Amino acid sequence: MQMHDLPDARGHFGPYGGVFVAETLMAALDELRREYEAARQDPDFLAEFRHELRHYVGRPSPIYHARRWSEKLGGAQIYLKREDLNHTGAHKINNTIGQALLARRMGKKRVIAETGAGQHGVASATVAARYGMECVVYMGAEDVQRQSPNVFRMKLLGATVVAVESGSKTLKDALNEAMRDWVTNVESTFYILGTAAGPHPYPMLVRDFQCVIGDECKVQMNEMLGRQPDAVIACVGGGSNAIGIFHPYIPVEGVRLIGVEAGGDGIASGRHAAPLSAGTPGVLHGFRSYLMQDANGQVIETHSVSAGLDYPGVGPEHSWLKDNGRAEYVAINDDEALAAFHDLCRYEGIIPALESSHALAHAAKLAPTLDKDKVLLVNLSGRGDKDINTVARLAGIQL
Amino acid sequence: MSRIPATFAALQAAGRKALIPFITAGDPDPAATVPLMHALVAGGADILELGVPFSDPMADGPTIQKSSERALKHGTGLRDVLAMVAEFRTSNSQTPVVLMGYANPIEAMGWDGFCAAAAGAGVDGVLTVDYPPEESAEFAAKCAAAGLDNIYLLAPTTPAARVEAVGRQARGFIYYVSLKGVTGAATLDLGEVAARLPAIRAATGLPVGVGFGIRDAETARQVGQVADAVVIGSRIVQEIESATPAERVERVRNFVAGVRAALDR
Repeated sequence: MQMHDLPDARGHFGPYGGVFVAETLMAALDELRREYEAARQDPDFLAEFRHELRHYVGRPSPIYHARRWSEKLGGAQIYLKREDLNHTGAHKINNTIGQALLARRMGKKRVIAETGAGQHGVASATVAARYGMECVVYMGAEDVQRQSPNVFRMKLLGATVVAVESGSKTLKDALNEAMRDWVTNVESTFYILGTAAGPHPYPMLVRDFQCVIGDECKVQMNEMLGRQPDAVIACVGGGSNAIGIFHPYIPVEGVRLIGVEAGGDGIASGRHAAPLSAGTPGVLHGFRSYLMQDANGQVIETHSVSAGLDYPGVGPEHSWLKDNGRAEYVAINDDEALAAFHDLCRYEGIIPALESSHALAHAAKLAPTLDKDKVLLVNLSGRGDKDINTVARLAGIQL
Repeated sequence: MSRIPATFAALQAAGRKALIPFITAGDPDPAATVPLMHALVAGGADILELGVPFSDPMADGPTIQKSSERALKHGTGLRDVLAMVAEFRTSNSQTPVVLMGYANPIEAMGWDGFCAAAAGAGVDGVLTVDYPPEESAEFAAKCAAAGLDNIYLLAPTTPAARVEAVGRQARGFIYYVSLKGVTGAATLDLGEVAARLPAIRAATGLPVGVGFGIRDAETARQVGQVADAVVIGSRIVQEIESATPAERVERVRNFVAGVRAALDR
């Protein structure tokens, strides 16, 4: 079996993935899988998806040569895939458009979503407004506090935001609550899952919708340089922006794929969100993958300066790519990500998302070790306007 | 060897329905659990369902979520739960005990290690909410080899063809989820339950227990008229939550006795 043909019919990437949910959801996931299989072969569905990406999202997003920053680093050339320039400011919208079109095709008029930092919640609220659907977004009560501008954005777009008070009151608990809503309202409701995780078919369909990133890169790199990059670098929380840019490159020889997890205060501190770097396989949220857990199999709380990476699990395809060695996974600490954030502001005039700053920080580490003719392609998955309060607070500045 | 089939056979012979109360192990503290298990039996329980605390109980409503959080405050894990069952077994060798929980604590222990330890502790059945049959054939075989019954859920949304497939892998009894939703949610649709059960019994050849949404003795009595077993969880957990430590055991026993009386009426 070729690596890029996965998952198998039941959603497995080697030992990872699958469908680990309560019986009530099995029929709904089966229906979703059948509908998606039909949609992905339907030229009209694909044409509408492409049309929306072009005219509503603003694709293709450009690739930009970060020349000044590369010179300052003094090694490989860094190129940025500008997902930050998409409508709503991140890659998340590629997926929410695809899933909303699927929801409409299935006749569902109510959509729900989970969100951490609020980017996926905003992208879901956006498409719900665009297609005239009711939208409920579940968000951990802690995150509602930390990300109040995004909460207001979602409300402006007509969504109902539910603050989740259970567990650690963060992204994982929002996901639990969204699943509970879906179990209860399964006939009327479409669950727009925000990352390439969850039960099959979500990891596959989210990946497929996000593959537009990597597909564009292959064409654009060829146009710009007549060659493909030496390495593709992306941050990994759940892993949707990373799998979107990695997947089209899996069969391309000579291209290193490097996923960058949130190292928080450092792997040794235990305060991080890096299951691929320091976790063990387990089952959470409907799939098997690397997971941050204790000896009793309880999921442990994560820490990252970036709310979007603050998740104890990771999409199953990344676990598979780690085990078979096609991709490498590293961790970048909070302070390293912040340094890269400031670098990109000052050298390139681009304010990156803190999530994407982890990928940038690893590129900054790698570039000086390589010759000047080497090319690193970094997925700049989102813009950092949403993070200015966090960055200011860390600098002791009151906005 | 599981005590569940013999328990159902005896009840059936006596023309009675099984009463299956649920509590979360370690709620509100580890010392409370074994006395509560005995109280459930004293009140008239036929099979005990013991919840294994988990950090992310996706299928549970707020009542059982909070019971899990209380148990986790004291660090109650799967190994502790097995120790509680073993302690219960020192003075009760009759009443079947079913563990109900989520996959990851079992994954962390490993299938072989879990099956051996659970059988050794005196567990009879295992109901793992997020192990549908498709993902648990190998686990179910290991359970069977260890003498543990693997119990599966069926739901109002389960298509008929799937009922048969689930039935081929299920042992002990079928747990029919009586509503679309989480544990402890709104009241169930009795008509829907009554309409589904005969086909499920025929297709699986197993007794059928009904749970999720049974909140009082009268509902339990009505469900008992169509089902082989009645499962009550959230309502008992609420008794535990609201009782003082001194009155806890008695309140739980009295509540279960009330349901028992209604079921036998």
